[in-house]
Amino acid sequence: MSKWYRENAPITADQLADELMRLKRGSVTRRHFLGVTGLGLATAVLARQPGLFNSTAFAGDLGTQMSIATWPNYHDPATFEAFQAATGVAVEVNVFGSNEEMLAKLQAGGTGWDLFVPTNYTISTYVKLGLIDELDMSKLPNYDAATETARFTNEGTVDGKTYAVPKNWGTTGIALNSSKIKKPVTSWKDFFEIAMTEADGRAMVHDYQLTTIGNALVSLGYSFNSIKPDELAKAEELLIKVKPHLYAINSDYQPSMRATDAWMTMCWTNDGAQLNRDMPEIQFVLGKDGGEIWSDFYAIPKSAANKAAGYALLNYLMAPENAMKEHIANGAPTTDSRVMKLLPADVTGNKIVYPDEASLTPLEFGAAVTLTDPGRAELMARFKSA
Amino acid sequence: MTAATNTKRNLVTAALVAPAAAWLMIFLVLPFIAMLVFAFGERAPEGGYQAAFTFAQFANLPTRAAAFWNTLILAPVGALACLLIAYPVAYYLAVKANPRYRLILVSLVVVPFWTSLLVRTYAWMYILGSRGIPNLLSMIGIEDVRMLNTPGAVLLGIVYGYLPLMIMPIYVSLEKLDRRLLEASADLGAKPVSTFFGVTLPLSLPGVMTGVALVTILLLGEYLIPQLLGGGKVFFIGNALVDLFLQSRNWPFGSAIAVTLVAVVVVILMVAMRIAFRVAGTRQVDLV
Repeated sequence: MSKWYRENAPITADQLADELMRLKRGSVTRRHFLGVTGLGLATAVLARQPGLFNSTAFAGDLGTQMSIATWPNYHDPATFEAFQAATGVAVEVNVFGSNEEMLAKLQAGGTGWDLFVPTNYTISTYVKLGLIDELDMSKLPNYDAATETARFTNEGTVDGKTYAVPKNWGTTGIALNSSKIKKPVTSWKDFFEIAMTEADGRAMVHDYQLTTIGNALVSLGYSFNSIKPDELAKAEELLIKVKPHLYAINSDYQPSMRATDAWMTMCWTNDGAQLNRDMPEIQFVLGKDGGEIWSDFYAIPKSAANKAAGYALLNYLMAPENAMKEHIANGAPTTDSRVMKLLPADVTGNKIVYPDEASLTPLEFGAAVTLTDPGRAELMARFKSA
Repeated sequence: MTAATNTKRNLVTAALVAPAAAWLMIFLVLPFIAMLVFAFGERAPEGGYQAAFTFAQFANLPTRAAAFWNTLILAPVGALACLLIAYPVAYYLAVKANPRYRLILVSLVVVPFWTSLLVRTYAWMYILGSRGIPNLLSMIGIEDVRMLNTPGAVLLGIVYGYLPLMIMPIYVSLEKLDRRLLEASADLGAKPVSTFFGVTLPLSLPGVMTGVALVTILLLGEYLIPQLLGGGKVFFIGNALVDLFLQSRNWPFGSAIAVTLVAVVVVILMVAMRIAFRVAGTRQVDLV
């Protein structure tokens, strides 16, 4: 898999760590590793391989490369390799830690993304700011609105127009290494207490205001989405009290959890499933006091340079047999009943991926206002710089 | 000299200077002006910048006092730590080492620069993480040592990353050292120690000052190492800037901090040059 790099933008720190870890686990080939980290490209340039930049012959109007912005550990690399084999379009993957960061990059312009993966609560803001296109559904024959679960998909539609189609849904829970932490952790209240005691120096929170502030609010008995100044002040007090005890503030927690540098972290469903699959001692629990339920979407930025390839990849990912492989690799639950039918029983029966309905009841979807609220943004910045 | 040759010479000079001047205008002056304009503006409701004229961003600077403080401590401490390690190395390379192997030894200092600092910092993440040194320690019965994501790890990363930048200028100034001065010092009865402090050290000070200024200025903008080896908990100005532009989307405040940082760098640079001139007793100091 070859990659194209714009100027000084090689692989991000998070991506490199991710790829290194995968290479170490043996879940990618050396060739893939060299490809995505750019090391292969460097080698190829040094070797003066002919034809490095002109493999356009069969690509037609899709071009030879495109770019997707997404989350850590969120795709099966084989998906993009298969897409490239089918269309000749190489996919560059940009990994992010928060929706705020994605929004900041889009606002600054010139991202070069042809497809990206925003979370439910951000889409209305993207529409309002004119940063994403209304989707041309005729280019997505593989998408079927009738087989989608409305609960997870309705935020992709604004004023009756479809701006985004769902990738999958999930929750934000707690991953903990049960061979290191003996006390039971069942709520966000427990999470913050244990972070300061039994898991002192070993707990991680996301570098992401929505979940880090949200879960602190939940642990204090407030709403995950609160923007009330007095409640935010209490959450800030808690976070600043916890900070000296934390291992790290980082949304890419898999490497640290796998190395057992960290013993407990805020964790998204898909990461929880991946960690538990490879290290059964890592458990995933939902806060009984609340937390987040979410769905991630695919959207096409207005500024996309290669919309044709963006649509082509999106349509490819919407094909149930492709989506099924993605879901097995990434471990997040599907929103599409066609995919659900194809998934093997050990996936659909996995309680991390498909938890009981009752445990979902206290969870809240992120609210649009939290994305742009300056109070939450400034709280997070103060917490980190404290 | 005729007026015609004069004009021609001026044109040639202008042509030679033009690329550099254009470069500076486009990539330094214009962005700085944009930053100044942003710094007096407001955060738009959805983030970013909206036009205004307010000093509110500068009034808000104290909320980042911790980041400024950490940075202003880190930069000189990091530079000093680099200096203490770099000087003996540079001295050995320039004075003691066998000239035959000198080039090889100097290359060994430079070679790490061929690899991205990011990759090398990741190597340190592995060495300091549970599977690295703590794993070795556990074999001799010392359990659960935590090295990664501590201030010590950040300092180690910084010394590691910036050491060559300190070694090279000191090496260059020591290499130019006139050996006859050392012989003269010995002939006049000075012991090697007094020769070092009376002759070698003063003459190498321009290199030391260059190294210190270079490392200090770069450290003021450092953010990668604290992020990776400090776990995002050890916060410097660079991290505050990344946060304000990429997460809070508060461009005006980020710009105000950046402008303030540039002002601090300029002051440090001026003071460093003043000291360097005085110590060297000459105006021929190659600073940065």
